[in-house]
Amino acid sequence: MNKPQTMLDKLWDAHFVARRLDGRDMIYVDRHVLHELHAPHAFEQLEKSNRGVRRADLTFSMQDHTVSTKPGRTQSTNPDGEQFQVAMREGSLCHEIRLFDLGDPEQGISHVVAPELGLVLPGATHAVPDSHACTVGGLGALGIGCGTSELEHILITQTLAMKRPKSMRITLEGKLHPRVSAKDLSLRILALFGSSFGRGYAIEFAGDAVRALSIEARLTLCNLAIEMGSRSGLVAPDEQTFAYLKGRPYAPQGAEWEAALAQWRLLPSDEGATFDKELHVDCNDLAPQITWGTDLSQTISVTDAVPRLDGDAEALTKKQRSLAYMGLDPGQPILGLKVDRVFIGSCTNARISDLRTAAAILRGKHVAAGVTAMAVPGSTSVKRMAEAEGLDQIFKDAGFFWGESGCSMCAGGNGDRGRPQERIVSTTNRNFEGRQGKGVRTHLSGVEVAAASAIAGVIADPRAID
Amino acid sequence: MQPFTSITGVAVPFPQNDVNTDQIAPVPTQRSLKPDYKALFFHRARRSADDGLDPSHVLNLPQYATPSIFVTGHNFGCGSSREGAVWTMMAVGISCIVARSIADLYRENCLQNGVLPIELPDPVADAFDKRVVEANGGAPFTVNLETRTISGPGGPDIAFEISDADRTRLLEGLDDIGMSLKHANEIAAWETRARAASPWLQRALRAPETEPAK
Ligand code: SF4
Repeated sequence: MNKPQTMLDKLWDAHFVARRLDGRDMIYVDRHVLHELHAPHAFEQLEKSNRGVRRADLTFSMQDHTVSTKPGRTQSTNPDGEQFQVAMREGSLCHEIRLFDLGDPEQGISHVVAPELGLVLPGATHAVPDSHACTVGGLGALGIGCGTSELEHILITQTLAMKRPKSMRITLEGKLHPRVSAKDLSLRILALFGSSFGRGYAIEFAGDAVRALSIEARLTLCNLAIEMGSRSGLVAPDEQTFAYLKGRPYAPQGAEWEAALAQWRLLPSDEGATFDKELHVDCNDLAPQITWGTDLSQTISVTDAVPRLDGDAEALTKKQRSLAYMGLDPGQPILGLKVDRVFIGSCTNARISDLRTAAAILRGKHVAAGVTAMAVPGSTSVKRMAEAEGLDQIFKDAGFFWGESGCSMCAGGNGDRGRPQERIVSTTNRNFEGRQGKGVRTHLSGVEVAAASAIAGVIADPRAID
Repeated sequence: MQPFTSITGVAVPFPQNDVNTDQIAPVPTQRSLKPDYKALFFHRARRSADDGLDPSHVLNLPQYATPSIFVTGHNFGCGSSREGAVWTMMAVGISCIVARSIADLYRENCLQNGVLPIELPDPVADAFDKRVVEANGGAPFTVNLETRTISGPGGPDIAFEISDADRTRLLEGLDDIGMSLKHANEIAAWETRARAASPWLQRALRAPETEPAK
């Protein structure tokens, strides 16, 4: 009998092209999705070196990072983004790459668009010059975030040269409260193990808590793999995955669909496969999570208090610095902290299921006085779907800004930023100093906490809201 | 790419963990396709509340004005994939990072640009950090990739580890794309096999009946 293999091994072996002189494996890239912040530089390099794109038919261009979210937007609504969008358009046209431009009915954040179109499939490799490429692991695809030089390398060779990561499995067991979600799972993992334990590993998320997650929730879970230090997160595909993909525009059809299914069923890690590292998390009674500091490991349950100042000198300095930046006192409860702004969006939490969850909490209510609230759908398709269901009206009635799709406040690349010292509850993925604007105090949470806090005007526990 | 054999220069101590790419190269308020990478270098961290340069910040001290070696803590370069966070280090003259650990993507971006990423285990790093602080930019350190050693004031040579493959790549300044293009035949062969085995991955064709309504 063959040695039992992990899903990572299977994916890697199936995409292995050659081993290079420097010991790296060349891995074939099935889908390559570009965005306008980093692609223009690579296009320019191509021109300089007079090299072409090997597989424009497997490459896709997305305008997401710098696009305005204002209704009626054009490329100049965010003047800062215009040059990027223009360069992206020209480069894509020149290399005959399909561009999801402003005004395209399927424009959106690449990590949201690729799964919903069935562009990315189980067993595929998927590279994006963006660290959250790991998101698509939720479908059983190997997502790999890359740098600009790597992007250029993929354009020219359709491969990525890498060392095979080590394998880690995190088994999540238990039943989640209905107002506790995949985001809380990821934040809990970060609180338990820190923000770099995944370095050098691809993380497979397994266990009954993961199996019970919807596909969109699995995408959210894998989205935060990079925050754990890992370039790739994975969830084994199952019948739910296949049902999600069936009939999607770029998914295989007819006889090919059947052939694909047969292969996808072989993808999950074999019984008895050994992982380089195994971790277990009990998720029963998991409370909604929220970050209190400026690193994702600085996470607590909403019902907990901000940590006290203890630990060794180094830990102490880090805590002190985070607390000062966040304007918090050691030991103070996080519930009830006044909130200035709420943002629901990003590749982490802006899929249709996220908007439905938020709308269910917001329905018939209004955000508290003094709170600026924004909802930005992850893709134009998600926006259309939400509008067809009347969700946009619920958000607007609740006092939310309802925007056009893009990355928006996640990194503020389109000008959507907070003001210094503003406290934001945000469904995004990074609470770094200054990420959402100079001096902005970001608390990351799931959509449940964000929606509940918008209404309460203070950080709130969504389990307490009817 | 420039081959890297050895460098001698000022080592700047930056003893923090989890320094992310947003800190190293913050997104400028005025975005540009051709940013001034030198100015971006720890742009926010180096400034005080009124936006002026904070003269007491280590990266603003005159003795560290032209650093070659950046000495830091764990998980350096975590966060986004932006390669600008390596380019900004290069723009100020840094060509070697000595950290306790470096985030995967950042480490790869370093190698892509001929910047030497060194990871030292804690006890060795403790001793080295102390020497760097004591040198205070006054006496240079030398990082020699051929002999895999760091030498400088205040103590004996320090051996560091780096895989033979990464070492060769840097020593010879191997062009990354050139290295891969040597395998063009194998890429084509892989594609032929894949076209037969899983054709749906070798062409991303939208089903005609699902063309979106314009
Ligand atoms: S939403 Fe945020 S994390 Fe996701 S791709 Fe956009 S900027 Fe990156």
